[in-house]
This record gives sequence, C-alpha cells and structure tokens, in this order.
Amino acid sequence: MGFREAVESGRFLITAEVGPGKGTDMHELLEDAEAIKDRIHAINVTDLQSSVMRLGSLAVSHILADKGIEPIYQLTCRDRNRLALQSDLLSAWVLGVKNVLALTGDHPVLGDHPEAMPVFDCDSVSLLQMMQTLNGGHDMAGNELKGVPDFFPGAVVNPGADAGAGLEMQLIKLEKKIEAGARFIQTQGVFELDSFEKFMKRVEGFHVPIMGGIIMLKSAGMAKFMNKNVAGISVPESQIKAMAETEDKARTSVEIASHLVKGMKDMCQGVHIMAIGWEKKIPMVLDKAGI
Amino acid sequence: MIVAEVKPMAEIQDTIKKYSKVLISGCGSCVTVCLSGGAQQVEVLASSLRTAAKSQGQQLEVGQETQLRQCDPMFIEQIRDKAAGYEAILSMGCGAGVQTMAETLGNIPVYPALDTVFFGGADGQGGFMETCAACGQCILSRTGGICPVARCAKSLTDGPCGGAQAGNCEVSKDTRCAWQLIYVRLVRLGQVHLLKETTPPKARRVHPARLNRAE
Repeated sequence: MGFREAVESGRFLITAEVGPGKGTDMHELLEDAEAIKDRIHAINVTDLQSSVMRLGSLAVSHILADKGIEPIYQLTCRDRNRLALQSDLLSAWVLGVKNVLALTGDHPVLGDHPEAMPVFDCDSVSLLQMMQTLNGGHDMAGNELKGVPDFFPGAVVNPGADAGAGLEMQLIKLEKKIEAGARFIQTQGVFELDSFEKFMKRVEGFHVPIMGGIIMLKSAGMAKFMNKNVAGISVPESQIKAMAETEDKARTSVEIASHLVKGMKDMCQGVHIMAIGWEKKIPMVLDKAGI
Repeated sequence: MIVAEVKPMAEIQDTIKKYSKVLISGCGSCVTVCLSGGAQQVEVLASSLRTAAKSQGQQLEVGQETQLRQCDPMFIEQIRDKAAGYEAILSMGCGAGVQTMAETLGNIPVYPALDTVFFGGADGQGGFMETCAACGQCILSRTGGICPVARCAKSLTDGPCGGAQAGNCEVSKDTRCAWQLIYVRLVRLGQVHLLKETTPPKARRVHPARLNRAE
C-alpha cells in the first residue's frame, strides 16, 4: 500500500528518514532503506539537513522510487527561489516522486557554508500553496501547465516549541499549513508522552493525520547536546541516565523508542522515526512496540 | 537611519597607500548620528593615518572636511575646489555618499572608509539595530510595528520557523525571535487574529530603485 493510500485509509502511519551524505556514495543509505522498506509506508529524504552541503534529496528520492521504496521528498525554501522550487517540483513529479514535505529550512549560517546566501523567497506555507496551485494545473504566475502533477504534500510542526508565544504561533502556522493543503503532519522529535498528549489535545479537530516524531538516542551526550541546541527537544533526565548507565546503548535506545511508539499508538495517527544511522534497528523498535 | 562602521585600519591604509595627499570627507547626517563618519570620526581617522604614516616613514598629507549630506550633489559641489588639491578622497559617508561624491567630482578617485551595514535605529543601549530592509512593500500594519523582513533571519512573513529557543533566534542566542516580539506586541494591541492571515510571497524589488518627484 502506498503512503497516500495509507493516509487516506486512516491506518497508523509509519515513516522513517534517510539523510544523503556528503559525496556520491549511496551504498549505506540504500542498504538502510532496503532493510526497512517492508516495515514502513515511506521514507523521508532530507534536504541538506542542518544546512550542510550534501547529495540532493531529489536525486535520492528518485532512486528510492525506482527501487520501489516510496520516498517523501523533503523540500526547503532555503536554497531556491520560486522559479527553482516550482521547477524542482515538476522535475520530482516526472521522476516518480509524489510525496513532498514542505519545510522552511535551517539558516545557512548554521551549516558548513555559512557565507551562502539565504534565499527564503517563499516559506513553508507558500510552498504548500504552490503545490496546490501546480496540482490545479497552473504555476504561481497563473500560467497553464501542459501536463499536471498530483502531489501529496505534508508539513511539520514543533510540539516542543516554547510554551506560550512559541507554541501558540506553531499552532496558528499549522492551521495555515493545513489550509494551504498539507495532508499529513510530521512532528519534531518527541521524548515525553505526557506533554505530547497535551499537544495532541490542542490539535484535535485539525483533521489531518499527525505523526509523532521519534529520534533514536545514540548516547547521553547526544541527548544533552540536543536539549541545549535543538529547538523543541527536551529529553527527560531519566532517558539521559538510562543511556549513560547502559552497557548496550542500541538496546536501550530501541527500548526508549519502542516505548514512545507504543504510547503514541493511541494518541496520534502515526510515527516518524528518525534513526540517524540506526535505520536497521527500526524493525526492532516496531516489533517491541507490537506493530 | 543608515548605519555604517569604520573599516579595519589596515584595509584603509592599503587603499590609500599609493597616495601622498588624501582628503578625508565626513558626512553630517546618518553616519554622524551612529558615530561612524561625522566630523569627530574624521578627526580620529586623520590623526591615526598621520601617526601611522609617520611611524612607517611615509609622506602623507591628510586634509579634513565634513559635509551636511554626502548623498546630495549640491553639498559636494561646495568642496569641488578643495578636493582638486588632493590625489584621492577617503569618504566617511555611507555607500550612497561615496557614490554621489565620486559621480559629482568625476576625475578624482573616491574610496570608502566605512562599511555600510543596515538601516535601523538606536537600541537605547548605545548601539544600533537593523529594523528596516527597504523592501518596498511595508507590512508593519499587520505585524504590530515590528518588521520580520528585517528582523527575522529568514525574513519570514507567515509566522516563525521552528528554530526559536527560549524566544531567541536559531541563528544567534543574543537576538530575540522577531515573531516572538510580534506575538507579544499583537497580544498587547488585541490584534493576534492578524497572525492567521497568510502573506503571499513578496514581489522582489528590482535594483536599482528610483523615486521621481514631479513638480
């Protein structure tokens, strides 16, 4: 079953994520994707994640699609103006890429080419509107398309945004994204089910499947680093301690992730697992969670 | 106002190294207010250059003058005769001032002593901050009088990205997220509903812009 069909049928959705590397070697990425393809509905392909120059998400999405592994093409507004965004979208369609995750993108100054020009001609909301417009047979300027795509667009939300103004604005923007055509939502990494449940109460009635983000912890250090540096991430002390004290980090990480998947089964409409190199452990996470 | 800062001394020295007679020209407007290129800074730069030249055994005569507005040819005309006595001019005006001076004086080289950095205002703590991007399509009426084009690192006009932490920008922990400021202001003004409106991507301005005044 394809990702779109899974969304439309109301199934509990499972997606994972691969990050193209710096260079042309796709060996490991393809091996990881092959290892999990039967357990998931689609795989996100990140677009120069953290603003680090890498192999492109469109090429890798296309290669996955060719291998029968359904990609979710992550597309950011960081590096492309509206001409390039629309053209890349049409290119994606002819290359067999149908699911697109619309993102603003990190600022280039955070990456390995900090002097690069930040584009941000459009934002995540207008990128979603752009896909709606292309799906309707026109470009942003109103010109008619010869050959029309039928994208299945998604968007993201950060449930861990600062309480108060931060979270309120995330929710307002999420509504705008849904209005602009987002058909599925993936969240930033969640580590606490109680606060996630509260967030899910806030989005009741949004009528778009929300997939809880799960980041697999590699170490206590990684958890501490994310707490300090990644917006919206708060790994609880108990998980940091468990990762610090364990003799088998992978096993403990799988346990933490599967606990989250299990808890989310009754809270939201799917999970998005970001294994960051531990993709091959995703089947274990799902087994333990009873999926 | 236009905010500028003085270039590194080594760069300025390198720019004028082949000349022995240089006129430093200040501007009495924006760069005087932001303490970068007014009469006082002209004085400081002139004496620094003289001292440096002397210590390096170089012959350098440095003249000084400051106009009310370097970006208006009318004021530049007034120093035409004085300028003719120098090999080069070191302008302490903004980029617009340097160009007006170069255009008006024609056959004498004019070099910048400042880097023009942004449009902004005083931050109340002795510094200045960027507050306007001169985008040509002001949306301040919808953002509580706080400009996300100039004050959000990504110039987002539809609400914040997901990168703010503790209300600060993902690019710098010393910078408040512009959308955080906008939200707080809109709450105070009873205008939070404005955040629900979607802003279409702006028509990008084509450089160079012009403003013609018909009589």
